Amino acid sequence: MTPVKDIATVAEAYDLIVVGAGPAGLSAGVRAAELGLSVLLADENPTPGGQIYRAITTTPVTDRSILGEDYWRGSGIVARFEKSAATYAPGCTVWSIGPDEATPGSFELGLSLGGKARMISAAQVILATGAQERPFPIPGWTLPGVMTAGAAQIALKGSGIVPSGRTVIAGCGPLLYLLASQLAAAGTEIVAVLDTTPRSNWSKALAALPDFLRSPYLAKGLKLMAATRGKLRFLTGVTGLAAQGEKQLGGIRVERGSRVETIPCDALLLHQGVLPSVNFSNAAGCEHYFDEEQHAWLPRLDEWYASSVAGIAIAGDGAGIGGAESAALRGEIAAFGAAFRLGKLGESQRDAQAAPVRAELSRRLRGRRFLDLIYKPAPQFLAPPQDETIICRCEEVTAGQVRDAAARLGVTGPNQMKAFLRCGMGPCQGRLCGPTVVELIAQTRGVSPAETGYYRLRPPVKPVTLAELAALPATEAAVKAVVR
Amino acid sequence: MTKEPDAVVIGGGVVGGAIALGLARSGASVAILDEGDDAFRASRGNFALVWVQSKGFGMPEYALWSRRSADDWNGLAGILKVESGIDVAHSQPGGFMLCLSDGELQKRVDMMHRLHNQETMTNFNYEVLDHAETKRRLPAIGKDVVGALYSPHDGHVNSLKLFRALREACVRRGVDYRPSHAVETIEPREGSFSIRGPWGEIRTGRVVLAAGLGNARLAPMVGLDAPVTPSKGQIIVTEKTEPFLNNPMVTVRQTDEGGVMIGDSQEDRGFDTVVRQPILSVMAERAVKMFPRLAGLNVVRTWSALRVMSPDGFPIYDQSTTHPGAFVVTCHSGVTLAANHVLTLAPAILSGTLPDAVSTFSARRFHVPAHA
Amino acid sequence: MFRPMRERAAAAALNFTFDGRPMTGRAGDTVAASLLANGIVACRETPVSDTPRAPYCLMGVCFDCLVVIDGIGNRQGCLVPLSEGMRIETQHGRRQFGEALS
Repeated sequence: MTPVKDIATVAEAYDLIVVGAGPAGLSAGVRAAELGLSVLLADENPTPGGQIYRAITTTPVTDRSILGEDYWRGSGIVARFEKSAATYAPGCTVWSIGPDEATPGSFELGLSLGGKARMISAAQVILATGAQERPFPIPGWTLPGVMTAGAAQIALKGSGIVPSGRTVIAGCGPLLYLLASQLAAAGTEIVAVLDTTPRSNWSKALAALPDFLRSPYLAKGLKLMAATRGKLRFLTGVTGLAAQGEKQLGGIRVERGSRVETIPCDALLLHQGVLPSVNFSNAAGCEHYFDEEQHAWLPRLDEWYASSVAGIAIAGDGAGIGGAESAALRGEIAAFGAAFRLGKLGESQRDAQAAPVRAELSRRLRGRRFLDLIYKPAPQFLAPPQDETIICRCEEVTAGQVRDAAARLGVTGPNQMKAFLRCGMGPCQGRLCGPTVVELIAQTRGVSPAETGYYRLRPPVKPVTLAELAALPATEAAVKAVVR
Repeated sequence: MTKEPDAVVIGGGVVGGAIALGLARSGASVAILDEGDDAFRASRGNFALVWVQSKGFGMPEYALWSRRSADDWNGLAGILKVESGIDVAHSQPGGFMLCLSDGELQKRVDMMHRLHNQETMTNFNYEVLDHAETKRRLPAIGKDVVGALYSPHDGHVNSLKLFRALREACVRRGVDYRPSHAVETIEPREGSFSIRGPWGEIRTGRVVLAAGLGNARLAPMVGLDAPVTPSKGQIIVTEKTEPFLNNPMVTVRQTDEGGVMIGDSQEDRGFDTVVRQPILSVMAERAVKMFPRLAGLNVVRTWSALRVMSPDGFPIYDQSTTHPGAFVVTCHSGVTLAANHVLTLAPAILSGTLPDAVSTFSARRFHVPAHA
Repeated sequence: MFRPMRERAAAAALNFTFDGRPMTGRAGDTVAASLLANGIVACRETPVSDTPRAPYCLMGVCFDCLVVIDGIGNRQGCLVPLSEGMRIETQHGRRQFGEALS
């Protein structure tokens, strides 16, 4: 692996550009390089690993039992990547993708590193931009002291720091238990774990239970539950949450049906599952659909993880949530696909080499459906019932404003909502409000999220300065289109 | 179906919203038939100028019409405040056209001369400023600005707030706004119109086509002509920053919320709305030359939208001669002309006769024999 | 807000300031993590309502960890590694040109 520190040393063109250095991106990069492709892997973080293997090469957490063996598996993936012939650009954002008009069929990606931007050409692209936590809009979730469970985990992995006061973890999903056990092991004072999993999910998930019972998830899950349940205060059947405080968090109001209590706390960690990060694939023009079981927008992909835009593949959790191990396998499969499309691998070789990876992938994904169904968030946590709850953190738009515009002003979708209320127009570009806005419109109008649609996103998908844009090459036609 | 509305407006953007509001204010019962969330929607992509300077070469009536709307815009803003509760952030501080080379400046000056040599243009004021005078009025400009044209008639507005205020005011006035009601056919029937789509049918005695690019397809159904085509424009918007620019310009303006908008490219690329980097780079480079302080700002969004252009670039206002009661309203300056649309055009449409001031804008002008 | 866990590998200490106050961070940490580790509650005030915010996602998604770093405003603290002598300041509302120019 050749690291890049200065964007000037990046080549003009690559066979393959991989975006994101999590398990999918690293594995795709390694495999593609092994198959003879020239590969650039660009990642916005300073070190490889993505979020799941965050800081795997630099973590100050020395006691391996705290982060667990699943985390340390990332060392092997990174080590394999380091031995590869791929070029690696850390601290590098990829902010745009479009057709390379000079080389039809190829792409041109906007990269920015160290305050300088360049347009780099790629014959194939694999987006491995992973997942983000599902927005969890409750009253007070913008208060300092409230953060996502994933954020606490990143602080732990990356810096060996843990919340210092009374800590509450709230929500649902496998990560909730994992984080509780990791933070407890690291010495955090966890005063409560609030489980919002709707009891009614059990009946819906039951059909998927047999697969789950034969899955690798089960043993892990049981171990985690056993490790945490006995020691921590667990409250199940939580139906309402509100973070309280003036300028910072002071406590959390918990509703369990008609029972209400307030738990004083200094840190509140929220989590209700993860969603594929679709900003990049959406801006690239890839088709998406709403998956009812994951309750999320997913890119439409073929069996090689190729999207509806020829030449762009999407691997890892960005292709649908499957977890770290399946992400790595999907990355490999996407690399086989890219190599085949470039003529570096014959069809039969491709199929033969991918077969064992596919077999392993299907084993890894077994039982996933049960998790999706059992941990599907309750409606009141997808679309806050209280009108005053902020749903767009950037523009501070409330749930009530969105409902009002949908009900009274005839707004049927998120793009029109954005024009009327500015939700999604802030720096996060809708990442923290998109799913909620769609949910609120859908609930108000009595239609499905699928029918409601999603934001139409445009580059830059990551910040780039005007100076950086201005310094990029222009064409004569472009000058003519502007200077008239 | 409910009672037949007095008028049906096809298109719920800024143009359709303004006409509908004007009709409702004149006492008509109105329905708006609009497309869905994924409509092309020039109203979501425009630059929000209320612009007079440089408009009307080849058709001085357009200069007069734009000027009239700009002069009435303050009144419209007041009406919208009362009718919707929304302040659309209108101001008319005068607009600049900054030039980055002597050639550019000369070209602009020549154009203004030609424009103002036309009859009826005597009341239009503008000034040609050198670098020093421009700098005196706009201290933030960079050294590459060689000069500017200035006109006191120009202003701007928050166009998204305008868009919402029109909808809000319409709804409060009882206008029946129907989203996801794309129109497939309009059938004239003995003095009334049957409008159909997958959603069903609605009948009315008056129909106004305000469907932007959609007017090209709809107009012939009622004996009208609206040969409009898309002209692509790309826009960059930056993160919010402290106020530094009060005046509008064609290529750079700061919104009341703090973001800086940068435009204005023009390309004929059909219905392609993909944002392309080379044009963004030219626009960014010029904006930074005009205002060097912008260099470090982050871009939060870029987009492209489709202007609704007639063959000569001027609006089309017409009533069907074969099917009176059917009107077409189409222009690429729905923001500038909003005051006219609400205050002048809509009442005229309801009365059944378009005003003399707009007779020049009939699409008949595209069918004049070449030797005439 | 946060504290170092008991067993944490040693790393070089870096000096930085937050709103002029001297602080110490750890080489390898991001700006946002360094602020959390130093007990900083809020790192910015919003442009819309001037209310305080703190890092929320730490993975580059939420833009709530925006700070002024060495005079440049609206930088994502969770993506910038801390370095010796860094001057970090609260991001008060909108981007200021003083920052952009320096």
